[in-house]
Amino acid sequence: MVKKYLSKIYMGIIFIFLYAPILVLAVFSFNESKSRGNWTGFSLKWYIELFHDHDIRSAFYYTITIAIITAIVSTVLGTIAAIGINAIKGRQKALILNVNYLPVVNPDIVTGISLMILYISFNMDFGFNTMLLSHIVFSTPYVILSILPKLKQLDVHMTEAAMDLGATPMYALRKVILPEIKPGIITGFLMAFTLSIDDFIISYFTKGEGVTNLSIVIYSMARRGVRPTINALSTIMLTVVLLLMILINKRTNGHEKSKKTNRSEV
Amino acid sequence: MDNVIIQLNNITKKFDGEIILDDITLSVKKNEFVTFLGPSGCGKTTTLRIIGGFERPDEGEVYFDGQLINDIPPFKRQLNTVFQKYALFPHLNVYENIAFGLRIKKMDEKNISTKVERMLELFNLKNYGKRRIDQLSGGQQQRIAIARALVNEPKVLLLDEPLGALDLKLRKEMQHELKAMQKQLGITFIYVTHDQEEALTMSDTIVVMNDGIIQQMGSPIDIYNEPENAFVADFIGESNILSGVMIDDYLVEFLGKRFECLDAGFGRGEEVDVVIRPEDLDLTPAGEGKLEGIVKSVIFKGVHYEMDIDARGFEFLVHSTDMAPVGATVGLTLTPDDIHIMEKGD
Amino acid sequence: MKDRTKYFAYPYVVWIFLFIALPAFLVLLYSSTTKESNGLTTIHFTLENYKKFFQPIYLNILWDSIYLAAVSTVICLILGYPAALIISNTHVSKRNTLLFLCILPMWMNMLLRTYAWMTILGNNGILNNFFAFIGLPTFNMLYTRGATVMGMVYNFIPFMILPIYTALSKMDKGLLEAADDLGADKKTVFTKVILPLSMPGVISGIIMVFMPAVSTFIIPQLLGGNKSMMIGNLVEKLFILNGDWNFGSAISMVMMIIILLSMSIMNKFDIDKEGGARLW
Repeated sequence: MVKKYLSKIYMGIIFIFLYAPILVLAVFSFNESKSRGNWTGFSLKWYIELFHDHDIRSAFYYTITIAIITAIVSTVLGTIAAIGINAIKGRQKALILNVNYLPVVNPDIVTGISLMILYISFNMDFGFNTMLLSHIVFSTPYVILSILPKLKQLDVHMTEAAMDLGATPMYALRKVILPEIKPGIITGFLMAFTLSIDDFIISYFTKGEGVTNLSIVIYSMARRGVRPTINALSTIMLTVVLLLMILINKRTNGHEKSKKTNRSEV
Repeated sequence: MDNVIIQLNNITKKFDGEIILDDITLSVKKNEFVTFLGPSGCGKTTTLRIIGGFERPDEGEVYFDGQLINDIPPFKRQLNTVFQKYALFPHLNVYENIAFGLRIKKMDEKNISTKVERMLELFNLKNYGKRRIDQLSGGQQQRIAIARALVNEPKVLLLDEPLGALDLKLRKEMQHELKAMQKQLGITFIYVTHDQEEALTMSDTIVVMNDGIIQQMGSPIDIYNEPENAFVADFIGESNILSGVMIDDYLVEFLGKRFECLDAGFGRGEEVDVVIRPEDLDLTPAGEGKLEGIVKSVIFKGVHYEMDIDARGFEFLVHSTDMAPVGATVGLTLTPDDIHIMEKGD
Repeated sequence: MKDRTKYFAYPYVVWIFLFIALPAFLVLLYSSTTKESNGLTTIHFTLENYKKFFQPIYLNILWDSIYLAAVSTVICLILGYPAALIISNTHVSKRNTLLFLCILPMWMNMLLRTYAWMTILGNNGILNNFFAFIGLPTFNMLYTRGATVMGMVYNFIPFMILPIYTALSKMDKGLLEAADDLGADKKTVFTKVILPLSMPGVISGIIMVFMPAVSTFIIPQLLGGNKSMMIGNLVEKLFILNGDWNFGSAISMVMMIIILLSMSIMNKFDIDKEGGARLW
């Protein structure tokens, strides 16, 4: 019994540690004064200021635009690639997967500077395009990694069964394979979107004149010290991510649950 | 020969340099129930996949209804397959699974509905159309897989160990159902299994395969009673296989004794395999049989007893309704037609 | 039939060559050439950049990074192991919620999580205000090495909890019962059964914390001020401020090698890859 209480207290402390800073941030975004330690009254003025801030608005626009395009492009690219990689065997496959894995394991800073060097070597203008391209480059591996397991789970005879029934390979792909790996594709899409929205380091090295994202704005503001507008911005971003996460979690859990109940009916 | 629906000529297939099928030639007649039987890795599934179009033979020709189909992809072949683990589409319900092939043919909805409903009825799955695949039992999934193939009215149905995942009782039931269905529909069935009992129960013709080679092809009765070599004898039911020497036509010697048999045409003094079925050996009181042995173990098997009897250093497997206790000395008798002589295997 | 599907991978093969392999190669190229190399005609190979890194000032930065990352990793392990153990012993119905709560912060922008600590640790921050309120002396917490370690622990502790949890939850509970049955007391069960069996999780946890910790530059920048220059900050400074790409590239190569070595160690202990994938 004592042990149980100790466990609960311990987990409580861990979660306070994990969530208190975030909570503090959110609470003080509604603080009237600029002070970060004293509560002087409820106010929405930092939010209002936020919406009038030109830099933040433009950063917001770029963040969302890039995240949406990144999610779409890397999902399409990643899905096609995953289907292809799944059909390859042996060393070739290992090589492709290892290179694909590089941006996942490499420190972001190394990925960032290597892309920066690439763009400079090819005389590309830094800006929207370089940032977008970089986001697609580092998101696609995650999409592939979320689809590949689904493809592996697929009954190897599924495509054959479809063709046996008269389906051309393309028809089988559209009507059998894609529906089967859809959960992986959606997870990949959401991952690419979240990664893109969240990214700072790679964007930092591949941004260009007048094109920044929210993370970069936060960074440059934070370096100048704490500002309540960042609190407001953070709170909004946290809420969005929270909602997204709950959505993803509901999806996966819902999936498992519906399967479980289906089985129990039999 | 217009009775032949599938003809394989000198089919050879290698995977990574390893020979899987070695010069297979066989023909399947219309409305026949043919079973490819053999241990795993014998090439039976590969043969089936070559007929289905999922593998291409390295050498040889595949004819379907007199037409060379080596280069025809599976989706253009007029035959359908029931896969080992069914390969039903989990994202489609029962109805849509069965309708899959018909939709590809762009059949109109009314026709599809009629055909699918008829299949559901045939397979006792009448109200299951809306069910999801994972809501079905193994036996039901099995039926759907067969229905999904049969609804396309193929001339030949290929079945790759379709009953392997079912429990024993269900498997027996399905064996009879499948056989009955094949007769009723008049479709050629090519069936792959490693279960000799299943093969004996259902088939018109059994093709016994091992190491990529056809060991014997014939009716179940022929295969059981007249196995052509020791492998077939051993694989089709349990057997006692002894080394012997042909003394003369109709006379063989093994375990130091001479026995009359029904086989002729071997060379004098030729070494042969002697195959004796466990159920063909009869127990007699000690001293009355031609061979004498000591009972090593006895297991009651329901209908009969299974005994190990050591005679002159060979351990005979004996199935008999008579029983002798462990340690007892008994006689063993054999009639000439109990003794099967075959050329010595490798 | 699979033969044709594999062509689907070909565009992506070109893609990863262009955007993953080629950039990595360029870093290698820059790291082993001089600044004066302009174009292929004047290219000049050298090991100077690597040699330069072995000067004491830079080596100190490397050791300091490794030291701070190691300290953070140890703290993560000490705090994270009990948490993982508790989660794995929780009833299934609550377990997923606890796990979700552990993963959730990882999906929040790292800058925000780090920034949040600025508001807490600052001289006029919440902690100091709290200390003042209860009559304790206030002190300087932000822009110290301690703050950097704190920020790293905070950011990376989920990477420690999850793999250990995965290893623990895969453990056959029958083993514990067997150990009990064989007369082992609780302490023996833990040291002789639970701990050894969770080692793969511990090792991958250590690597998963250590890798991002050693290469971070946000955390020391925002929380450490100028007190703790880590290797990530050095790279950033070289590229953004000094424009010394050759030296910067050499350091990046060193970082890449450290990370890839850690990865190959982790692969040796191959915990299930799915657990890892879910983490990211």
